[in-house]
Amino acid sequence: MTDGPPPGTPSPDLPEPLPDGTATHPSSAPLAIHDMTVAYHRRPVLWDIDYDAPPGQLTAIVGPNGSGKTTLIKAAVDLVPRASGDVRFFGSAYHKVRHRVGYVPQRGSVDWDFPVNALDVVAMGLYKQIGWLRPVTRRYRDKAMHYLERVGMADYAKRQISQLSGGQQQRVFLARALSQQADVYLMDEPFVGVDAATERAIVIILQELREAGKAALVVHHDLQTVPEYFDHVLLLNMRLVATGPITEVFTPENLRATYGGKLALLDQVGHRMTLNQGRS
Amino acid sequence: MSSLRHPPRMSRSLCGRRRWLTLALPLVLAIPSGLFAAPPPPADDHSIAARVTTGTSGTSLSDNRIRWPGWEKISDTLLLRQYNTRIVLLGAILLGIGAGTVGTFMLLRKRSLVGDVVSHASLPGIAIAFLAVELAYPGNGRSLPALLLGALLAGLLGVLCTIGIRRFSRIKEDTALAIVLSVFFGVGIALFTIIQKLPTGQVAGLQQFIYGQTASMTSADVSLIGLASLLVIAVSTALFKEFGLLCFDEEFGRSHGWPTLWLDLALMALVVCIAITGLQSVGLLLVVAMLIIPPAAARFWTDRLGSMTIIAAVLGGLSAWLGGVASALFARFSAGAVIVLAGTVFFLVSLAFGTRRGLLPRMRRQWSNNRRIGRHDLLRAVYEMLEPHLDSAPPDASGDPLGDIPFTRDQVLSRRSWSATRLSRLMDRGTRDGLLTAVTSGWKLTASGAQEARLVARNHRLWETYLILHADIAPNHVDRDADLIEHVLEPDLVSQLLETVSARYPQMDMPPSPHPLEPGH
Repeated sequence: MTDGPPPGTPSPDLPEPLPDGTATHPSSAPLAIHDMTVAYHRRPVLWDIDYDAPPGQLTAIVGPNGSGKTTLIKAAVDLVPRASGDVRFFGSAYHKVRHRVGYVPQRGSVDWDFPVNALDVVAMGLYKQIGWLRPVTRRYRDKAMHYLERVGMADYAKRQISQLSGGQQQRVFLARALSQQADVYLMDEPFVGVDAATERAIVIILQELREAGKAALVVHHDLQTVPEYFDHVLLLNMRLVATGPITEVFTPENLRATYGGKLALLDQVGHRMTLNQGRS
Repeated sequence: MSSLRHPPRMSRSLCGRRRWLTLALPLVLAIPSGLFAAPPPPADDHSIAARVTTGTSGTSLSDNRIRWPGWEKISDTLLLRQYNTRIVLLGAILLGIGAGTVGTFMLLRKRSLVGDVVSHASLPGIAIAFLAVELAYPGNGRSLPALLLGALLAGLLGVLCTIGIRRFSRIKEDTALAIVLSVFFGVGIALFTIIQKLPTGQVAGLQQFIYGQTASMTSADVSLIGLASLLVIAVSTALFKEFGLLCFDEEFGRSHGWPTLWLDLALMALVVCIAITGLQSVGLLLVVAMLIIPPAAARFWTDRLGSMTIIAAVLGGLSAWLGGVASALFARFSAGAVIVLAGTVFFLVSLAFGTRRGLLPRMRRQWSNNRRIGRHDLLRAVYEMLEPHLDSAPPDASGDPLGDIPFTRDQVLSRRSWSATRLSRLMDRGTRDGLLTAVTSGWKLTASGAQEARLVARNHRLWETYLILHADIAPNHVDRDADLIEHVLEPDLVSQLLETVSARYPQMDMPPSPHPLEPGH
């Protein structure tokens, strides 16, 4: 099923790897993925990803369901083991520069019934600064409050998180990552299921990040808003289909290659199944 | 609603409670050492012998009368006059506090049943330890340290098996727990049968691990339980923030470099600690209840992790105290059962009355909400009915002309599809709330009624206009949508709406209705 590349894959311009296997890119690249393959239960979900994130730019990660967008982010921050390949943030392995990388997981990944309020969640982004065994002091609560204000959620600081709307919950997650003051942000579907006000708030924050010279990679599912919100795009369908500035890469042909590949694969499977049924 | 309006006060009291937690710990550490200091603990093998005799004689199966204690005994027990009672109760309470604390994290981590696996899996360990000691030193099989060590190892093995099954097969967690729990327990029971057939072996002394026997605890047992509980409380307090992160968002913690695996193992070790030390007093069948019930009850009272842990610890300590007292007063009462029953009573009370999630407070909120909606509906109906007559009403010195126009019940009824009983109820309540007054020709709005009627109608129309302008909803559909929302519009939202809509309607004191207001609507 997974043998052979998805049809219609244009070969992206990839940097040549150095003999010692380290990345070729200058160490300034916020995220450099080299030859990464990821498998779940021995079934590959990402093949041979080679990618350099441009510094100071907003990049959308786009692809159909099951194309490995979330896996790409999780494998980059060592949450999912890589079968092969190498990931560098600013030229270093992730575990050496964790504080420079902000990760915003999918909203659905936690139990929102948990007995904490919005401020508590944001403070979790500061736990590493607070350190082992120390309680969250007023200083850090004030700091967390500052980031809640930044996402326009100061009025909801004391609210239990299940009493927030989906968009408000997403903003709390965003504030938690912002509190870390990272240099590159990886966000998994921050725009899913949010209200218009939250969408605007997130876009403004992304722009502020870019103005501050920071990079952000955002898994995004709404193709219509990609050119409006982002500078770069990474088209993904188990393999890297294309990557580059929106104006060059976000073309109908590339999109067809990204999304059509899935359909073609389905056609193939369907064809094989009918063949098998015919035989039995 | 009211709690949301006063967030600062809530936060201050919670900070206070957190400080209380850190202050209380050294205090708790200091108390038991003082109590233990009084009489020297008896030597270990004596105590076991003593326990075994009281354990067997107190629960002779042929004797099934309940002996009611005299007043003297009751007051002795409650006032902790006897050293023995004091020891037993102290052990039970510490265990209850420890179990409530660590149980909170297990509940939130959705691992409540791990404690059950540990306790059930410990049974073969107890049997094997007994057999091993009996082989090496015949007649000394009931050495408590050996038995607890056996229990600990077997319990840990049980947890490892669960993790292994989950990891290396596709079997889900609940199935893995059930398999390990029943297989280990089955093996334990089989070994017990073998022990019973041995010439020297009597299972009597071992059975207390299944059902528990608080009354027979000695000071040595209590110091063990006390140490284990204090360890649990100390570690949970120190790692409070880390455990909280682990339970809420393990992946995020891992991405930040927290050693979530080790934290998870530490939490597991605390559960094993509590489960094994609780074996003796509450028994392996019921020890899980001490881990689950107090935290589950605590959740009904609070939305904060810190207060939930403290409430769970207090409820755990209280139910253990009740169980200990009952078991001291009635020789035939199993302390474990009473502890669980007391916990259940706390749970049911919390389920019903818990201020945050209890059923009754929730029903009360629902009820007052419905009342508010009914009141708004009535006032808006009256306003819409009176609005056309406002211009013709004589300008009056008393203020709002809305309050000067009399109307009848039938007029209101003709404009709404309400039943006559519902309208009567609404109007009665409005009268009681001081919104309406009865006059000779029917009813009138009072000053406050007129004011609120204007506000309600305004909110409704603002929302309708907003929906038409910005959500592309047809004017003839908008009324019902607005009906649902207008009751929850808060002042900040209203001012935002006003801003959005005023571009279209500059004179926004009272916007015109965007759809015709026919009678009988």
